[in-house]
Amino acid sequence: MDLLKADNIVKQYTGHLALDDVTVHVRQGEIHGLLGPNGAGKTTLIRIINHITAPDRGTVTFDGHPLVATDVANIGYLPEERGLYKKMRVGEQAMFFARLKGLSARDAEKNLKEWFDRLEMGGWWNKKVQELSKGMAQKVQFVITVLHNPKLLIFDEPFSGFDPINANLLKHEIMRLRDMGATVIFSTHNMGSVEELCDSISLINKGKVILSGNVAELRRQHGANTYELTYDGSGDSFRAAIDPVAVINSEAPGTMQVRLRENASRHDLIDSANKTGQLASFAPFLPSMDNIFINTVQAAGVQPDE
Amino acid sequence: MRNFFLIVRREYRERVRTKSFIVTTLLTPVLMIIMMVLPSVLMLMGGQDKRSIAVIDETAMIGPRLQSTPEIQYAFVDISLDSAKNDERFDGVLVIGPDIMTNTSDLTLYTHESTGMEASIAIPSQVSKIIEQERLKKYDINNLDKIMDEVKADCVMKTLRISDEGDTEDSTIVSFAIGFGMGFILYMFIILYGQMVMTSIIEEKNNRVLEVVVSSVKPTTLMCGKVVGIGCVAATQIVIWGLIVSLFMVVAMPFIGAETAAAASSADLEELMPIIGQLNDPGYIISMFAWLTAFLIGGYMFYCGIFAAIGSAVDNAQDASQLTTIAMVPIIIAFIVDFSVMNNPNSTMALVMSLIPFTSPIVMASRIPFGIPLWQPVVSLLILAVSVVFILWFAAKVYRVGIFMYGKKPTLRDLIRWARYK
Repeated sequence: MDLLKADNIVKQYTGHLALDDVTVHVRQGEIHGLLGPNGAGKTTLIRIINHITAPDRGTVTFDGHPLVATDVANIGYLPEERGLYKKMRVGEQAMFFARLKGLSARDAEKNLKEWFDRLEMGGWWNKKVQELSKGMAQKVQFVITVLHNPKLLIFDEPFSGFDPINANLLKHEIMRLRDMGATVIFSTHNMGSVEELCDSISLINKGKVILSGNVAELRRQHGANTYELTYDGSGDSFRAAIDPVAVINSEAPGTMQVRLRENASRHDLIDSANKTGQLASFAPFLPSMDNIFINTVQAAGVQPDE
Repeated sequence: MRNFFLIVRREYRERVRTKSFIVTTLLTPVLMIIMMVLPSVLMLMGGQDKRSIAVIDETAMIGPRLQSTPEIQYAFVDISLDSAKNDERFDGVLVIGPDIMTNTSDLTLYTHESTGMEASIAIPSQVSKIIEQERLKKYDINNLDKIMDEVKADCVMKTLRISDEGDTEDSTIVSFAIGFGMGFILYMFIILYGQMVMTSIIEEKNNRVLEVVVSSVKPTTLMCGKVVGIGCVAATQIVIWGLIVSLFMVVAMPFIGAETAAAASSADLEELMPIIGQLNDPGYIISMFAWLTAFLIGGYMFYCGIFAAIGSAVDNAQDASQLTTIAMVPIIIAFIVDFSVMNNPNSTMALVMSLIPFTSPIVMASRIPFGIPLWQPVVSLLILAVSVVFILWFAAKVYRVGIFMYGKKPTLRDLIRWARYK
């Protein structure tokens, strides 16, 4: 079942089309990566889902009904550009945000105590945010995002600015929340974390979805007809043997990545390689999300910003 | 609505608990009280600082008739100028020349310290009076003293305002003071708290806490909550000031007032009567207070809208300065014009400026104590109310767009363009 369905979303700003007929479906209980170069329209889409801005056209369906303002109580959003009230005390601040999300004062306090215990933030309640270190403030920010047990969590570049220890902690908490039934939208440039965390992705470029689907499937598809071979002995004879059936993409001593020629099959490649008596291992190649991202965006005709 | 109150509560609590708020709230009335009490206290204490002046009178006619005052003690001496100068009992030596009757500048005061206003006015005026009396005596008029008493005139003018309920006693001084006071309070609070709204919006934007807040609250709710929350802070401050000052007036003023009244002459009292009469009329005070409150709220909301729009459009206080200057011009003009308005409260200019919403709160609040026709403040308030609705609508539109705009310095035209966004 899809928890969130954004269908045919169009959003126009003066001068440019931020979202052009974008459709993104997020299944209940999955971590969905929202990828794309800077300025692709990810933040605009997230703001629409958060009911901060309204789309010009298209519909957003949340938990089976059209998205309304009160649904934000079931959404937790950690924006890329984030901050806290510096002069406010940690406890009061967290209470304030929790109550804005519709929690009663009592529930807010109870949840908050739990989270503070879990993340070892016990003595922070009466500290002012400006007295906290950056890493501590990030933890507070995270707690505020998840405090009201939202059905949908949206993290926009969650790891940017987090130190490795907190980033790792955050990663584990995100997966734990997913396991407890939350659905997560995860917007990032960091493809490594996409492979690690995401079940499925949508790749947005210039306001359009150019690629979407299950991460494992996408990697298989994009790795189709590409194999990784390792061998013993001379490279020259091995290269000569497989040349009629495959093209070498890249190579290092004792290992190479090849792509089948047209009309050649996987069996042809195995046969040719086997005949040399040098073949040590043979495996289908799974491209990294990084490769897929760059190739897809470049194929769509634009250089990513980074 | 729930979120609106949560925002109001946060804005209010965060501000009321700051040290600067507590200090200004408690110190300002103390300063106000000191300013009110100081003249009376100085008057009562002035007597202790008596100065003793030796008088060397070469005519032997004027000196004995000089009367000591609380400030100056005259001592008639028969010693040389030099020994009088060196006599430590005296603060100064007054030498009345032999030709004083014909040459009135034959009068010299030697002092160790500077003479002071009191002595330099009081001494010549007393000497002049004595000389005048002596000169009059030469005309040999019978019953001169009685004639002089009868001739003496000391005018006090009573001003009455013509109205349907009978002519009412009215003091221009009081109207002026109340008018100025009301104008000043409005001026101060609009600038102070309007800018506070702006600064707070800029701060949220700078902190980037805004994006977190607007994922739970509509930007319009956030903006209105902020305006109302800070408005409550202003109200709290006014009420505390009012309480402290009126408490002081009730408890301490009767003592000081009695002392002052005792010191004042009957002519002064007659002048004070209409003032006291006007201030003792509860209806008058209540109506003044009601109008002040209405225009204070209206003026505050109106300028808050403008300042909120500016705050949401810029990234930092420096960028805001240009736009705030534009916004402040009408407030400052209103305050400057206020004085000429109060000199002539029924001029066309006064009427026009008290109807235009940019200047109306300050100018109208200053005119009301002068007793203008009722329709004028009513119409002015209606125009203001409509303008407030419009300006807040405009501000909300700009705010919604502006809070997500970083990195460029918008112009007035940009703001108007943003307001037109769907």
